[in-house]
Amino acid sequence: MSETPLLEIRDLTVRFSESAPPAVRGVSLRVDAGTRVGIIGESGSGKSVTAMSVLRLNDERIAHYGEDSSIKLDGRELLKAPMSAIQGVRGAEASMIFQDPMSVLNPVFRVGHQVRDVLVAHQPGLRKKARALVIESLDAVGIRNPSAVYRQYPHELSGGMRQRVMIAMAIASSPRLLIADEATSALDVTVQAAVLETIGALADDRGMAVLMITHDMGVVARFCDYVYVMYDGEVVESGAAEDILTSPQHDYTKKLLASVPRLHGDQPRTA
Amino acid sequence: MNPSPLLEITDLTVRYGTGKQKPAVDNVSLSLAAGETLGLVGESGSGKSTVARAVLGLMPFEGTIKYQGENLAQVSPTRMRAIRSDLQMIFQDPYATLDPRMTVGRQIAEPMLVHKIVARSGVSQRVGELLEQVGLAPDMAVRYPHEFSGGQRQRVAIARALGVSPSLIVCDEPTSALDVSVQAQVLELLQELQRTQGIAYLFIAHNLGVVRAMSHQVAVMYLGEIVEYGTSDEVFSNPQHPYTQALIDAVLEPDPSSRHRALTIDADLTSPITVMRRGE
Repeated sequence: MSETPLLEIRDLTVRFSESAPPAVRGVSLRVDAGTRVGIIGESGSGKSVTAMSVLRLNDERIAHYGEDSSIKLDGRELLKAPMSAIQGVRGAEASMIFQDPMSVLNPVFRVGHQVRDVLVAHQPGLRKKARALVIESLDAVGIRNPSAVYRQYPHELSGGMRQRVMIAMAIASSPRLLIADEATSALDVTVQAAVLETIGALADDRGMAVLMITHDMGVVARFCDYVYVMYDGEVVESGAAEDILTSPQHDYTKKLLASVPRLHGDQPRTA
Repeated sequence: MNPSPLLEITDLTVRYGTGKQKPAVDNVSLSLAAGETLGLVGESGSGKSTVARAVLGLMPFEGTIKYQGENLAQVSPTRMRAIRSDLQMIFQDPYATLDPRMTVGRQIAEPMLVHKIVARSGVSQRVGELLEQVGLAPDMAVRYPHEFSGGQRQRVAIARALGVSPSLIVCDEPTSALDVSVQAQVLELLQELQRTQGIAYLFIAHNLGVVRAMSHQVAVMYLGEIVEYGTSDEVFSNPQHPYTQALIDAVLEPDPSSRHRALTIDADLTSPITVMRRGE
């Protein structure tokens, strides 16, 4: 724990308007190399804005970061870095995947070509071997028959398959940090479980850290080692996932856990 | 079993397209007693929403759907309109079912006026009562949908459905777009309305925890067919079909032990597209 964390956010404040309160207020968190960290919160809690800040994906014409805010990736300050430097970080050192793969994938290009373009953009030297590498990574994210899928268009794939393609794209250049923003929220439960398992296996194999942004305590239970609970722009509680789930301290965390209708265990119909 | 259920579906089949493919709903039989909740669970493409659309008369179908003993395929259009007032619906996205340019008060009033349930003179008072019943303030009637949060909009949709005093409300994923804490409040409201007004629900959802909390009877759909059907306790405590078991195992619950639960299904087999292609 004493080593430099892979990602360290300190006192992050993000403001979208002078008149409104900040969307994120004084958030500090750390992700160590190879670990799985969650941020849980409901709509408007600031969890996505926090995640987007890492890759500077907020619209910076309107988003303003606090004077003392700092985001360090491997010890390097990102918030004050020029955009050209951030471009080198995105995809190569840290990647992000989102809830809706259709908003990331271009509908008129074959999926294999889209993954290839990302790979070649970061590592031009790999151009000759690119096709084979892409098929390999499609295989790694659990796509059966990767050479056929390489030639398919996004609309020909199911939601789970598209999500796998997006993951393949995100990990093409072997980033050390994967940020997943509600990446499995739109999927059916069986598919969600399988995609989480794939992300977990990839993270373990490659020693990649994952920052999982979610509204779902179930995802935290299944996937995360450590979790930060956000409410109204602030971190209200953090700790080992197991501790937060079994003995939450903050009232909001307790309420969040109590709101989930349980399936397992004895909790029959309440009426 | 009640001899004459409120809703009785027998051998329901619904086809999209040319009819050569596997039907979206394939030979489904279900029944729902007055004042009870029948939960319909399944994943995308399982046909659960298509069952709802057939019950509401929004889809041509084969088989029989009887509502209070009347065969919906044979009733006259006039009679169907009358039945409609007894059979309401709420959907996942209340914003899509509310008109953005009309005050919510007018929208809640409209079905009552169409079905001539209240006189024009008494309608605004009745709208106020309905808003109160769903936990909103009567003076909110003058506001527009965009002025409400997601949970409040769903309450408005529920108020509109309640206005015509239905015996059955078809709820299609009514809380899946809501934050969990808001979802809990809306589910609580639906249960309270059932207790006080004896409304039956055909409750469609993909979230098994929600379905368990709401339902007396549960039917599990997979690729258009019912693979398991029984009381909520039977289905969830002692599932017989491997798909039900897989579905239950895949549910992620806020419990540290779920970290170690293994997957029991090949997730690709739950996509109708994949299954159909393989079958070709």
